[in-house]
Amino acid sequence: MSDWLSQAWTVARKDLLLEFRTRTAIVSALVFTALVLTVFNFGRDPTAVPTIDLAPTILWVTFTFAAMLTMNRAFQLELENDALEGLLASPLSRTSLYWGKLLANLVFVALVEAVGLPLFVLFFNVPVAAVLLPLVGVIALATLGFVAVGTLFGALVIRTRFAELLLVVILLPFLIPPLAGAVQVTAGLLGGRPLSESAGWLRLLAAYDIAFVTLATLLFPFTVDE
Amino acid sequence: MVALDDVTFSLQGGQTLAIFGPNGAGKTTLLKVLAGLIRPDAGRATVAGGRGAIGWIGHQSHLYGHLTVRENLLFWAALYRVPAASRAHRAAEVMQRLGIAQHAERPVWVLSRGLAQRTAIARALIHEPRVLLLDEPFTGLDLAAAAEFRALLSQLRGAGRVVVLATHNVGEGAELATDVAFQRRGRFVYLAPRGGRAPAEIADAYRRALGDAGE
Repeated sequence: MSDWLSQAWTVARKDLLLEFRTRTAIVSALVFTALVLTVFNFGRDPTAVPTIDLAPTILWVTFTFAAMLTMNRAFQLELENDALEGLLASPLSRTSLYWGKLLANLVFVALVEAVGLPLFVLFFNVPVAAVLLPLVGVIALATLGFVAVGTLFGALVIRTRFAELLLVVILLPFLIPPLAGAVQVTAGLLGGRPLSESAGWLRLLAAYDIAFVTLATLLFPFTVDE
Repeated sequence: MVALDDVTFSLQGGQTLAIFGPNGAGKTTLLKVLAGLIRPDAGRATVAGGRGAIGWIGHQSHLYGHLTVRENLLFWAALYRVPAASRAHRAAEVMQRLGIAQHAERPVWVLSRGLAQRTAIARALIHEPRVLLLDEPFTGLDLAAAAEFRALLSQLRGAGRVVVLATHNVGEGAELATDVAFQRRGRFVYLAPRGGRAPAEIADAYRRALGDAGE
């Protein structure tokens, strides 16, 4: 394993260990996911709009906000005893630090999605069995993009007051492209249409991932260095 | 506002520079520049061996409260590229040296301030740094622990390391120093070898230097 990736994994492993020991963000995100899906389930009139039309939006709005809860935590835990300063004074490269946080955030968000998807199926009774594999692929593609941006902005706002609120405010506009793409592709899949019909949206999601993972990697040092 | 101005010095292995100055003199800024945490607008600061050669003790412990003492040390050892095969041995060695071996499996958040400070020192020594940058390192240590830490720093200096120590308290650290600097408003108003002077004499010189500088 190359050195920067090995260092990134060291950071990610530490974050995972801390989170699984304290369960602060993951439990909040899981409870939030269950509550939002419950509210959507009971807070709508199923006779007014067909479930299948609403379901993709509900799924992605839930995933997006639940992901924000976990992404907020990534740099908050570095504020304890100013561990961030220790990281920045160490030989750890800024790229490794960013990728470590990105990897840990991806694991947390994937966990929330892994629990959220069955709950979504349970509440909304949507037929996912036949399209499970492409649906998981779309979720992975969209998640990578918005976690990449969220990890960057998480570092940007962490030393500000109201960091949690600020993250949501500055992050949401950047999430519109992957969110739109993910909703469209999910709607196509749940509606039984072939994946090829969503090729344009899939290309958008892939381009967003490449662009924002690259940009975030390049810009990250400017967010943490004094 | 200029935080540092016209500060020039160089140190060789075995030297310990004690920087004394009141709060807001720029001591922490200077150490952060040396540690690579702050990029100066002008001038340069070079530490042979770069970040990997530096052991940094800042105002905070840089420890993760929900990791044990051992887990913290192993994490920082990995970041400082201590070979995987020797990390556990190295962690055991520094814990023994700092007198915290019996607390190895306790999470840091349950430790007293003094024990946490010892763990922070162990963290800074885990990779056997050639340069130690210490910002108010005696904070939180009781008299016995502070005396032990001074003895440890003497050993480290004897082993050819460079130590830069910043504190507002002249009584702490003066006896360790080979060189002494007094800092005020970002500038060194005094920089000279200690030359065998007792801490009380250093304290007198400090009062005179900062008095002359208008403090």
